[in-house]
Amino acid sequence: MTVTIFDQVRQIASDVFVVPVESIEANSSPDTIEAWDSMTHLNLVLALEERFHLHLLPEEMESMRSVGRIAALFESKLSRDTWT
Amino acid sequence: MNAVRSDRLSLLPKSVNGYGVEVENMILENKTGDLSTEDLRREIDSLIASGSVRPVAALIGELWRRQPNLTSAAFLDSRINQLRGRLHCLPFRVAILRSFTLEPAIPLLRVAAFDYRLDVQVTLGAFNGYMHEILDGESSLYCSDPHAAILAVRTADIAPELWQDYSGTAPTAVQEIIRRVCRDLEQAILAFRQRSQAVLIVHTLEQPPRPAFGVLDSQLEISQSDAIQTVNRELRGIARQYRGVYILDYDALMARHGRLLWQDEGKLLTARLPIAAHQLIHLVNEWLRLLIPLSGMTRKALVVDLDNTLWGGVVGEDGIDGIKLGSEYPGAAYHALQRALLDLSRKGILLAICSKNNPEDAMEVLEKHPGMLLRPSDFAAMRINWNDKPQNLREIAAELNIGVDSIAFLDDNPSERERVRSVLPEVLAIDLPEDPIQYAAVIRDCPAFERLSLSEEDRKRTAFYAEQGERAQAVRDFKSKQDFDRYLQQEGEIAPLLPQTLSRISQLTQKTNQFNVTTRRYTEQQIAEMAATPGCQVLSIRVKDRFGDHGIIGAAITFDKADVCEIDTFLLSCRVIGRSIEIAFLSHLTKSAKARGCKWLSGWFLPTKKNAPASSFLQQNGFERKAQDNNGSLWVLDLQKRCVDCPEWIRIRVADGGKL
Repeated sequence: MTVTIFDQVRQIASDVFVVPVESIEANSSPDTIEAWDSMTHLNLVLALEERFHLHLLPEEMESMRSVGRIAALFESKLSRDTWT
Repeated sequence: MNAVRSDRLSLLPKSVNGYGVEVENMILENKTGDLSTEDLRREIDSLIASGSVRPVAALIGELWRRQPNLTSAAFLDSRINQLRGRLHCLPFRVAILRSFTLEPAIPLLRVAAFDYRLDVQVTLGAFNGYMHEILDGESSLYCSDPHAAILAVRTADIAPELWQDYSGTAPTAVQEIIRRVCRDLEQAILAFRQRSQAVLIVHTLEQPPRPAFGVLDSQLEISQSDAIQTVNRELRGIARQYRGVYILDYDALMARHGRLLWQDEGKLLTARLPIAAHQLIHLVNEWLRLLIPLSGMTRKALVVDLDNTLWGGVVGEDGIDGIKLGSEYPGAAYHALQRALLDLSRKGILLAICSKNNPEDAMEVLEKHPGMLLRPSDFAAMRINWNDKPQNLREIAAELNIGVDSIAFLDDNPSERERVRSVLPEVLAIDLPEDPIQYAAVIRDCPAFERLSLSEEDRKRTAFYAEQGERAQAVRDFKSKQDFDRYLQQEGEIAPLLPQTLSRISQLTQKTNQFNVTTRRYTEQQIAEMAATPGCQVLSIRVKDRFGDHGIIGAAITFDKADVCEIDTFLLSCRVIGRSIEIAFLSHLTKSAKARGCKWLSGWFLPTKKNAPASSFLQQNGFERKAQDNNGSLWVLDLQKRCVDCPEWIRIRVADGGKL
């Protein structure tokens, strides 16, 4: 059984926002998750950086407006790192 | 691939109800090490759902030790919140006053503290609102009634001229700026002291990783680095003038981890978070190194294994000449550990041995091996046998007269650690990495051995216990206890509070669990303030006998209210329990209260899990029970009818001394 990047992002978002993992979908965003504010956003960024051993640029941090977009961002960053 | 395998799940029972029992069994059988971190998370949630509190605590500790990071902290912090009040943790309120983002560090702090049985509740001050909050007596800082407050301010915020503006600061103005910054800091400390009895921890100011003038900085008459170091030196001096103010050397902490690696410029510029995410845990650990001793959750004794812990190899197989120990590698790694243990011993932490070995083999090494830095006299107790380690640890605790929860345990063998954790969860079983080169650092970094003051008693503690051994031998040689008591020639010196006894008295209130009628914990600041109130007596007793000097081993605090003298605190270190010192000390209280015109001496006995040795003390000395409630019982002695007599074999001297 493999766990996708999306699953991992979901799990981390669930930990950071303290909501059940099942309630998090690709289009979950600060509009749908009450605990998602600027400070928990920072916590999410730090937890994701820690999990994937990657450093995010300020512009990338800004672009992380939904769980789906975050997963896509990390998928592209991780594949770039693998092939270069 | 960033994929995670979790095929172990099938090994686990499926029903939620069955989980608790199964996991409890796994813990008892030392099998939690077999669970993956995903399994551990699932177990924690199902145990919380089923209400099995005790195994949850063990699993939380296990997950945290495996993954002490932000993701685990977020998960565990919310679980610990759900368990609040159901676990045996000491609540400890901390207010953090700051000039920068620290929010991500808070879950780390709470979870890391939980591993030391501390329930840290944090009030985080407003961003850059530190000075306002300190000066405003009604601020959330004071309303949260903290046990401790931390003042964490960046150099750039309190002294911009010494940071980003240094190149534009005239050299002639630097001294004045240093004076202003020190004045600001002292004003904050003084204002806090006037408004709160809590402890204050002040961060030093950090130096920039890249000085404004580059290498030229080192050529200047007052370099940027000098200027900031001067502030820090002054700050240490200021802190020493106030009680209950401690310095956390943030600059040294940052330097230890590398100034450039410590910071994350991107997070500083976007989120005002100057510390890289992976470094936050180091700041949290540094906070804990102060908060643990401040909360009294330190360990009094460290019990160590021998083979592959104190030396490399197994003496029973390799022989005294075959083990690795000495100044050359690989023996040097064990040398370094022994040196770290010796440093603990000199700070007053007792060392003891618990080893599965033939006693003759082990003693030969302890006594004769040229590479040993520690000798038998450095250990207050030894259990070298083939018995179960938890049982040995219980015996060692009993022999040293301390609680099992005052013990830490060091063993290279993970299954021994697991066994101890499952049978005696109160014991702190310290994890050791595989590489012995890291052992010494693990000991030096452990917050449970930190101390914030060092008394004469601490320095001599191991010697006290050695004398205790001689006393035990002597007591066996006497027919009656009274003969022995006479032979001991005990002398007690009772003194009012003096500047030099303040920290020891506070330490005794923090640490004494057994012979303590009220178990009230006081900081130095609180004791000093009590002593200054009219009618209050703060007394200490120092005891000597023919075997040696015990130092200050008892304290009492009383308040005269009209013609009643009320005992607020009466305690005696476990080292001298059962030698009638307590009666001699109480005798003094009765006589001096009577001399001041009091008609009654009264005192509460507030039972705790540990103070049974003091439970019948007041009753046995003629006090009568006057009241009883859920917290305890109130006892009163009519001084007009009787005083407590001092046992004739104890000589008491009363020292004069001014008030503090």
